[in-house]
Amino acid sequence: MNMNKKTNHIVAKKIVAATHHERNDGIPFDMDFVQSIKINLSAVERRAGTIAKRRSVKKKWQAAWLLRAITCIDLTTLSGDDTPGNVQRLCAKARNPVRLDLLKAMGMEDAGITTGAVCVYHNFIDEAKKALEGTNIPIAAVSTAFPAGHIPIKERLRQIELSVAAGAMEIDIVITRQQVLRGQWRALYDEMVLYRKACGPAHMKTILATGELATMTNVAKASYVCMMAGADFIKTSTGKESVNATLPVSLVMIRMIREYLDKTGYKVGFKPAGGIRTAKQSIAWLILMKEELGDDWLRNDLFRFGASSLLGDIERQLEHFVTGRYSASYRHPMA
Amino acid sequence: MSSIKQIFETMEYGPAPESPNAALAWLEEHKNKFGLYINGKWEAPISKAYFKSISPSNKNFLADLADAGEKDVDKAVKAAKKALPGWVGIGPHARARYLYAIARQIQKHSRLFAVLESMDNGKPIRESRDIDIPLVARHFYHHAGWAQLMDTELKDYKEIGVVGQIIPWNFPLLMLAWKIAPALAMGNTLVLKPAEFTSLTALLFAEICDQIGLPPGVVNIITGDGKAGAALVDHPQVNKIAFTGSTEVGKIIRRATAGTGKKISLELGGKSPFIVFEDADLDSVVEGVVDAIWFNQGQVCCAGSRLLVQESVAERLYAKIKVRMEKLRMGDSLDKTIDIGAVVDKVQLKTITDLVKIGVDEGGKIWQPSTACPTDGYYYPPTMFTDVSPSSSIAQLEIFGPVLVAMTFRTHHEAVKLANNTRYGLAASIWTDNINMALDIAPKVKAGVVWINCTNVFDAAAGFGGYRESGFGREGGKEGIYEYVKHKSNDNLSSKSLLKLPAKNKNAKAKSNGAVSIDRTAKMYIGGKQARPDGGYSTTVYGLAGNHMGEVSTGNRKDIRNAVEAAHKSNWGGKTGHSKAQVLYYLAENLYARKDEFADRISQCLDVSKQAGMKEVDQSIERIYWYAAMADKYDGRVHHTTSRNVTLAMPESIGVLGVVCPDDSPLLGFISTLIPILTMGNSAVVIPSEKFPLIATDFYQILETSDMPAGAVNIVTGPREELCEVLAKHDDVDGLWYFGSKAGSKNVELLGADNMKRTWVNYGKYRDWTDKEQGQGEVFLRFASQIKNIWVPYGE
Repeated sequence: MNMNKKTNHIVAKKIVAATHHERNDGIPFDMDFVQSIKINLSAVERRAGTIAKRRSVKKKWQAAWLLRAITCIDLTTLSGDDTPGNVQRLCAKARNPVRLDLLKAMGMEDAGITTGAVCVYHNFIDEAKKALEGTNIPIAAVSTAFPAGHIPIKERLRQIELSVAAGAMEIDIVITRQQVLRGQWRALYDEMVLYRKACGPAHMKTILATGELATMTNVAKASYVCMMAGADFIKTSTGKESVNATLPVSLVMIRMIREYLDKTGYKVGFKPAGGIRTAKQSIAWLILMKEELGDDWLRNDLFRFGASSLLGDIERQLEHFVTGRYSASYRHPMA
Repeated sequence: MSSIKQIFETMEYGPAPESPNAALAWLEEHKNKFGLYINGKWEAPISKAYFKSISPSNKNFLADLADAGEKDVDKAVKAAKKALPGWVGIGPHARARYLYAIARQIQKHSRLFAVLESMDNGKPIRESRDIDIPLVARHFYHHAGWAQLMDTELKDYKEIGVVGQIIPWNFPLLMLAWKIAPALAMGNTLVLKPAEFTSLTALLFAEICDQIGLPPGVVNIITGDGKAGAALVDHPQVNKIAFTGSTEVGKIIRRATAGTGKKISLELGGKSPFIVFEDADLDSVVEGVVDAIWFNQGQVCCAGSRLLVQESVAERLYAKIKVRMEKLRMGDSLDKTIDIGAVVDKVQLKTITDLVKIGVDEGGKIWQPSTACPTDGYYYPPTMFTDVSPSSSIAQLEIFGPVLVAMTFRTHHEAVKLANNTRYGLAASIWTDNINMALDIAPKVKAGVVWINCTNVFDAAAGFGGYRESGFGREGGKEGIYEYVKHKSNDNLSSKSLLKLPAKNKNAKAKSNGAVSIDRTAKMYIGGKQARPDGGYSTTVYGLAGNHMGEVSTGNRKDIRNAVEAAHKSNWGGKTGHSKAQVLYYLAENLYARKDEFADRISQCLDVSKQAGMKEVDQSIERIYWYAAMADKYDGRVHHTTSRNVTLAMPESIGVLGVVCPDDSPLLGFISTLIPILTMGNSAVVIPSEKFPLIATDFYQILETSDMPAGAVNIVTGPREELCEVLAKHDDVDGLWYFGSKAGSKNVELLGADNMKRTWVNYGKYRDWTDKEQGQGEVFLRFASQIKNIWVPYGE
């Protein structure tokens, strides 16, 4: 393995989430490699279209996998009408995502099942912090003028710093899409390096907004540039684009994570976001991660779902597993 | 058993079995014993013999199957024969309804078919469920359409009659569909013999035929081994044999049917190249490799079993493939989480094991994943050989197992050479991001199917079939339909030569009008040059009336050899349709300029009036015009296949074609057989009529003045049958047309079997070359070409 690490990047003072791996410090910009990246859409779609049919988890395996999926959820609310009230509810749900009787029936009551994080706008970090007191659930804040990113760079950096100062342990930033569409890879890299610096100890999750990047080759190149610049996670979407997380896009991104791992030894996390609403979908993504990257990416230090309604479907499936009866959503406490 | 808590930590896969219960119940319903499905009834075999069918995944007994003997086969063929008039008589629409009903019925019982198939064959349930069975239903739907369209789209064609069909064990029901759907659509009745290892889904299919009320005798299914197959091939009332299986057996069938007039289509073995250029999306290539060689345990005739990688990326690709191989899961065919099931039988397992051992002994570097191979059935782990050279046995022989052999190339020229360095020519897969490269390589690879940036993609609307020793004929698409019809004019061919002998033999000696003429020596014509015969002998030729006409060279095997070499050097095949047309028109123009001379020659040959001779010259000119016109119009199709891609069906030249010309209509017969061969871009080695060779030797002067490239047409005169035999046995001759005797026809088919020549013979039947129905047409162009399907997925 080529451990070509750049050392003058900032070193995280503390690792926020429980990590079993070294944090990605980034590597020098490598234009040649970026230019060599080629993605064949049809072949990617074929793999993405069959991967979840090559594997299947049933019965208690399915239950265990769904519980695992819950621990990987960034339980999210990013709406114009968010209030302290619904953020509190969200946090309460993050602490207790599954009914205790169901957990007991599965022998999981003391497994400490929570969601992977809660994800909110900057203004609700305080509220979330209070609501999550006493837990290890990190707060993720979207930043850099999420979702479009069209404000001056200074303001974007300041947003990051403010959120980190307010207690966000993960910063979900958006990339400047025009840099991708105009092939300004170096500019994208430089901007990401600045963001990463601003994040300090907080983990940087870079949202590519793949639905706006036009081609898979662009998605792959952008993924790789962000990782070179030190992204801790690469994330598909803001949830606000017309097309959000898809399996083909995810496949392209995680293959880049693998490529980066092979080159540098750094493990970078992956977060599909937007459009993942069913338990079945979550299993498909877990299979994708397991098959293409390995078991390390089935844990929330390297894998997250950005989702708001996914949890509800998983709860109903878990109740079905426990009771053998199809469940109703009103039987589960809402977020 | 692990608890949820443990699984939550390990995140392992658990068992996800597909239930065998419905399939087991169906077997029990039949008391695990099956007879033969003949004339719409289940019949105990006259042979009284049965054999056992077992599941290769766990060696469990599945059923006793009837072992059809010769008498059983006879009974089935007679039932099919009896049903034929009725099946033809109900017409296209009624047949379309039946085929549609079959398609629906298969969909309704799709899971039962899938489970039964996986139990019987050992293939993963995912594949039978998601690939085999949906393709089966699709094939019947597509051909229900062809049935409906027969009287408009194929109005010059009719059914062949009783068809014998022999299918392999790798895709049992899919191969059944590929055989039965087009046969029924075109009004044939049939006897199908599934492979002895995998007969069960064919028997379930027989039940479906019953359920939909298919008339008795239209479909007959007989189980049994090679003896039953041989009896079917030999049965005199069978009009066509369709076979999918090994090249070895394909050749046996070719020889067995030689001269009988039975139409045959053969889909045989392969050693298909999987070519990877340095600019390809390598991660996608890896999945392509998985689909190519670890699909169906590698028991796929078109498996991409030879990986050819550009040197610059070879090590990276091998590393990625090795990582991927570790993730392949092997196990019981009904487990929904496996990639690789069991191979079909212990016999096949031994073949694979033996060949891999040879590969190791010959110095190939073997790689197998560390995962354990199940031991309760016939399993073989995924295997890759690197450091293999074309001279290694495993690079040449079809392994028919999950074994990949990898080689490197330096340039795209070398890639093509390596790809074509095989006797087979079934499929090829080309991986590059460069469309210029892809579309340059695709026509150069000798293969009936070319997949660009994909592999093992099939659809009923596209033709599938091979070049070279991978067999001939296509299955799927309109090109596949022609395997199950014959041109209506075939019924009008004469069993006697149409040459009209003059009333009395004048037995004239050399004509002399008093003046001393200048001797004209007819030479042969090889590589664009007039050539003296190697042997140095000449033969005197006479007209029909016994009149002395002159001498021609007595060609021998060396002249044929030289002609074939010259033909291979010709650049004719690279010309566009337009430029071929220009040369052909020019031929017509020059023939017209010398029409008097040719009319005289015809009159000398046939003892007819000059006027009659002139008529034949005019007809010949018109015929050349017809083919010149077709040169840029007989083109391919873009098939409507079901995935997002352009599927190009391109007619390609066959290569070097020999043609043994008819005696009837000496000029027109020569023109009618030579010109279509040229039209499709083949180069020709012509053995002119032995009776009237001077017409052909006269003609080379026209060739010389018409910009015909050297080697495109080579003319070797002499003893027809003797020269023909040399051509038939020549391994570098790709096809051979023969218009002579019945015995000669048989000889061509018999001897041509060794390199699987595309042969077209007349079985001693005579065409009326002056009749446009018989003497020209797309039939000639079809026999002069082969369809290559190129799959080009798109999307960015």
